[in-house]
Amino acid sequence: MGEPAGVQNTADDKTMTMAEAIARFVPDGASVALGLALEGMIPFAAAHEIIRQGKRNLTLIGPISDILFDELIGAGCVSKITAAWVGNVSEGLGYNYRRAIEHDQPHPIVMDRQSNYSVALGLLAGALGVPYIPMRSLLGSDIARYSTTLLPSPSPLDGTPTLLVPAIQPDVTIIHAQRADAAGRAHLWGGMGVCEEAALAARGVIYTVEEIVPSEVILSDPNRVLAPALKTLAVVHVPGGAHPSPAQGYYNRDHAAFAEYHERSRTSDGFADWLREWVLDQPDRASYLAHLGADRWQALAPKAQMLAAPVNYGY
Amino acid sequence: MAEYTPQEFMVVCAARQIGDGEVVFVGMRLPLIAFALAKRTHAPRAVGLFENGLVRDTPSRELLLTMGDAPNIAGAEWATRTGALMGLMAQGVVNLGFVGGAEVDRYGNLNTSLIGDQAHPQVALPGSGGGADIASLSQRLAIIMAHERKRFPEKVSFITSPGYGDGGDWRQRVGLPRGGPAEVITTLGTLGFAPDTHEMELRSWRPDVTVDDVRANTGWELRSAPDAHPAPAPTADELRIIRECDPEGFWTR
Repeated sequence: MGEPAGVQNTADDKTMTMAEAIARFVPDGASVALGLALEGMIPFAAAHEIIRQGKRNLTLIGPISDILFDELIGAGCVSKITAAWVGNVSEGLGYNYRRAIEHDQPHPIVMDRQSNYSVALGLLAGALGVPYIPMRSLLGSDIARYSTTLLPSPSPLDGTPTLLVPAIQPDVTIIHAQRADAAGRAHLWGGMGVCEEAALAARGVIYTVEEIVPSEVILSDPNRVLAPALKTLAVVHVPGGAHPSPAQGYYNRDHAAFAEYHERSRTSDGFADWLREWVLDQPDRASYLAHLGADRWQALAPKAQMLAAPVNYGY
Repeated sequence: MAEYTPQEFMVVCAARQIGDGEVVFVGMRLPLIAFALAKRTHAPRAVGLFENGLVRDTPSRELLLTMGDAPNIAGAEWATRTGALMGLMAQGVVNLGFVGGAEVDRYGNLNTSLIGDQAHPQVALPGSGGGADIASLSQRLAIIMAHERKRFPEKVSFITSPGYGDGGDWRQRVGLPRGGPAEVITTLGTLGFAPDTHEMELRSWRPDVTVDDVRANTGWELRSAPDAHPAPAPTADELRIIRECDPEGFWTR
């Protein structure tokens, strides 16, 4: 287990630019959990800033992050991955992942192969402050056989086989949420993936959000707050920050962008062109969205509102 | 007989695996449509679990390219954590789970991780996702695969998702709590597993292919189940619903 996580003051204004948040809280060599809601709410804007700042030797942690991990690998930011899956969900393989594992391009990476459940339990153990959690998934698999992290051990209670999943405590967890207040209390809704465990297990959390809202809005529904502000390092206002993945209530998945990435990342030269066009030549997300074009962006907007009924916290 | 694609055949076979009232761990791709088809035909009371943290008792109103697509979240009966649903499956609550793979072998072991040596793979495949958990923890596993000789080797190069290991009571010996592959649904037919040895055997074949076609595309001497038979063709009603779900044929053409 690492040192106890630093506690952030809950009253501070933690809003800052993406450039400042990544520069301050994602140092070279950090372990970074991101892409934690699986196929939705993926913090692409944050990953693109990590690439622009040329971060190196990161350890990426996440279950399924669609093409996010593939982009970071191709850009040379990554030395180790703890994940259940790396590829392109609607298109298939991830070519940068393949080049890294098969040909050490752009450089070798260490792959800690896991499953979605083991990633969830590792982060949960981190969140609970316990050294490991036993599970009965993956017994007999080659994931378990060759793993240097998952540890086979008979249960002390009845001697039956279990696999111990060691606690994962990321240096920083990056979560894209619909909204947060300036102190860093975020409302997240939709499929939650492993966001809650990852936020609680991390030494600190960067939230990238569609909207910054007054604290009264957040505090009107405390059950919807993902994790306490004492874990929050930064809040970054970045509308469209999950594109091309979907953000429930804000925009739908841009399927074509995943197909385009699949075609263009087939070769390392093709990926370099894609990276220049969509990441390196775009100083920030506003410029990325301008490059995407208003028509394409508006076509992703929800066709209708579907509002939840208010809940009454009165007493 | 209605014309249909191999993918439509697979969706129909997958949907027929879902019993009414069953709890189904829905995977990626074709099972997303199979769940909708089953709900709209013979299994209106089936419940779908999606590993990003969704439980649905109604199918999504639009085609899904991923389970995290917005129409899958709207109208869910529960939106929660991955761990909560995996935990339910670890308890044994899930009747049927779906997985796909790059390779499946004689004893139903699946590989979605790599081809070649695990330390220096020739091909790096995306990995387990939740597939290995579904294969470990669901009561019954349905595997969906393109039926090609290279995808049906005698032995997979890496066991991502455990089937029956080397056969017999292997699952029990390694400590898996239950389950195992019940059905392999392919572009050519369906296969099951012999009761004692747990060796894969041909159960049915697409009406427009022969047993020899299936055997020629399998990497070992494939045996047939005693009651092997031609598979029933998809009905017009099933095909209509599939095409309503996937009008442009993203997954099924």
